[in-house]
Amino acid sequence: MSNQAISVKQRIYARRRGSLRHRIRKIKPSRVLIHIFMILLVLFTSLPLVYLVSTAFKPLDELYIFPPRFLAMRPTFQNFSSLFTALSSTEVPFTRYVYNSVLVSVLTVFGTVMISSMGAFGLVKYKPPCADFIFNLVVAALMFPTEVTQIPSYMVVNKLHLINTYASLIIPKLAVAYNLFLMKQFIEQTPDELIESAKIDGAKPFMIYWKIILPLLKPAVFTLIVFAFQSSWNDYFSPLVYITSEAMKTMPLAIQTISGGTTDLSRAGAVAAASLVTIIPTILVFLIMQSGVIETMAYSGIKA
Amino acid sequence: MSTYTVERNEAKEFQPKLHPKKKGRFAAHWAKYGTGYLFLAPFIILFTIFVIVPFFVSLGLSFAYYNMLEPPEWIGLDNYKLLFLEDDVFLIGVKNTLIFAFVTGPIGYLASFFAAWVINELHARKFFSLAFYAPSITSGIAMSVIWLYIFSPDRYGLINNLLIKLGFLTATEPILWTSNPETIMPVIIIISIWMSMGTGFLVFLAGLQNMPGELYDAANIDGVKNVFQKLWYITLPMMKPQLLFGAVNSIVNSFNVFGVATTVAGFPSPDYAGHTIVAHLYDYAFIRFEMGYASAIAVFLFVLTFLLGRICMKVFSSKDTY
Repeated sequence: MSNQAISVKQRIYARRRGSLRHRIRKIKPSRVLIHIFMILLVLFTSLPLVYLVSTAFKPLDELYIFPPRFLAMRPTFQNFSSLFTALSSTEVPFTRYVYNSVLVSVLTVFGTVMISSMGAFGLVKYKPPCADFIFNLVVAALMFPTEVTQIPSYMVVNKLHLINTYASLIIPKLAVAYNLFLMKQFIEQTPDELIESAKIDGAKPFMIYWKIILPLLKPAVFTLIVFAFQSSWNDYFSPLVYITSEAMKTMPLAIQTISGGTTDLSRAGAVAAASLVTIIPTILVFLIMQSGVIETMAYSGIKA
Repeated sequence: MSTYTVERNEAKEFQPKLHPKKKGRFAAHWAKYGTGYLFLAPFIILFTIFVIVPFFVSLGLSFAYYNMLEPPEWIGLDNYKLLFLEDDVFLIGVKNTLIFAFVTGPIGYLASFFAAWVINELHARKFFSLAFYAPSITSGIAMSVIWLYIFSPDRYGLINNLLIKLGFLTATEPILWTSNPETIMPVIIIISIWMSMGTGFLVFLAGLQNMPGELYDAANIDGVKNVFQKLWYITLPMMKPQLLFGAVNSIVNSFNVFGVATTVAGFPSPDYAGHTIVAHLYDYAFIRFEMGYASAIAVFLFVLTFLLGRICMKVFSSKDTY
């Protein structure tokens, strides 16, 4: 076992060394240019992340400097300690908000991935007569501005007696038009031959979905997990409207209470620290899902 | 190569064969599509309750006067008449939204595809994709702080400062980026493009990772060497489903512009230079509490985006094989 592991490792290193030499020989000016261009572009797009991190570590006096400096000159944990002092003074322990957020987000992500991939599978691979109609309805729904459906949505949630339950934060977000649309687009690319041969081998429909379709959909599923987690984790509107008990509120609301909703600059450090704490899970989910996608790169259904 | 035809809609082969013995029409239908319906059922049920019902309620409200206190009162087409014939501010909003959408949509779409295509080939792909996706993760906070500093209308703002140092501007007359009606729209467009690329980018990246490598090998054998030939003859046709998703996504996003416009130019903006359809909708729904009129605006916006969406679906679902 260990011998084998070492030999695999050595082989990987050997390949890396080889490929490095190979790569240096093969460096083309166009490739260098592309890297430089992409680094510039990415520096530009990652500005807010850098700014957020540096603000979270800035001492109070540096927040008042005008024009503002990009990087903290004397980084400090002051903002984080004041954040945690503020957090420990809330009537509900902060871990409770974290628990609520994690519970709601995990269930929402799991549910929506299952429901939309199953729905898309039924739609694409069985093609019921109403398939086109359903698909058009889904596309129509994602184009209707959400501002005007908020009040009818509240009435529906209220009628179903879901107000002030975790279900009100989860169930309305399971059947999202965007998610089904995304899944449908990727399922269209899966080859039908695999399903056929599984059928011949006597696989039940659910097994075909679970063992063949879902693994083929990994890039799509991981992308959907990022989107769904991000929207559920950052959702401010639903808990604000549907949840009345303090013990069931989620992190965005708690953070909002701490920052007091003010734009006061003296609080900017604490707010930045709080925002940083809030987005770290999103970044982690993103990184984990991206690694997963890269690992499945070698996927191939059937040889061409 | 032949197994990867672009026609993916053929599902006939694996609909189960009907039983030879006679069955009722319903039973036959069920035998053929029943499993499909079962897979669809959870989505359809929840979707109907939480999306379709509110959707039709709003559609109904667009023919009513409803101030959220008294029950809605049916007024027929009055909302629409008012909207098109008498509401000049709405027409400004439509004009601004169209300009915005036709600039931002295509640029953001092409840029996010290009970024996904290039980043997919780079070695530090995870790092690059996180950095590129950053605006989507940090959107709210990031935008207000960074961009308002960059476009700050005084001489300390990043761009003004730069222009003064280079001698294009005098220090006493900085450009009022966010309050001059002529510069408001360009500023909104730049910020929106930067912010809106994340979703399309991630979907395109996933689509590129979904591509079977054998296709490129086959193409190499066939003598396709040029990177752009590969892009045009293999990657793009194979990625039609993702390209359609990205197109619909960028249409919806660019026609629903509101948040950025308000943050940049305030609400209402000077000379309505940053007024958009959704800003108008928001005004009537949450400031004047005229939900019926707001619903009529929503229906108009919906029809507009849906028509464009249908055109995209026609373009991207053409059944030609490559």
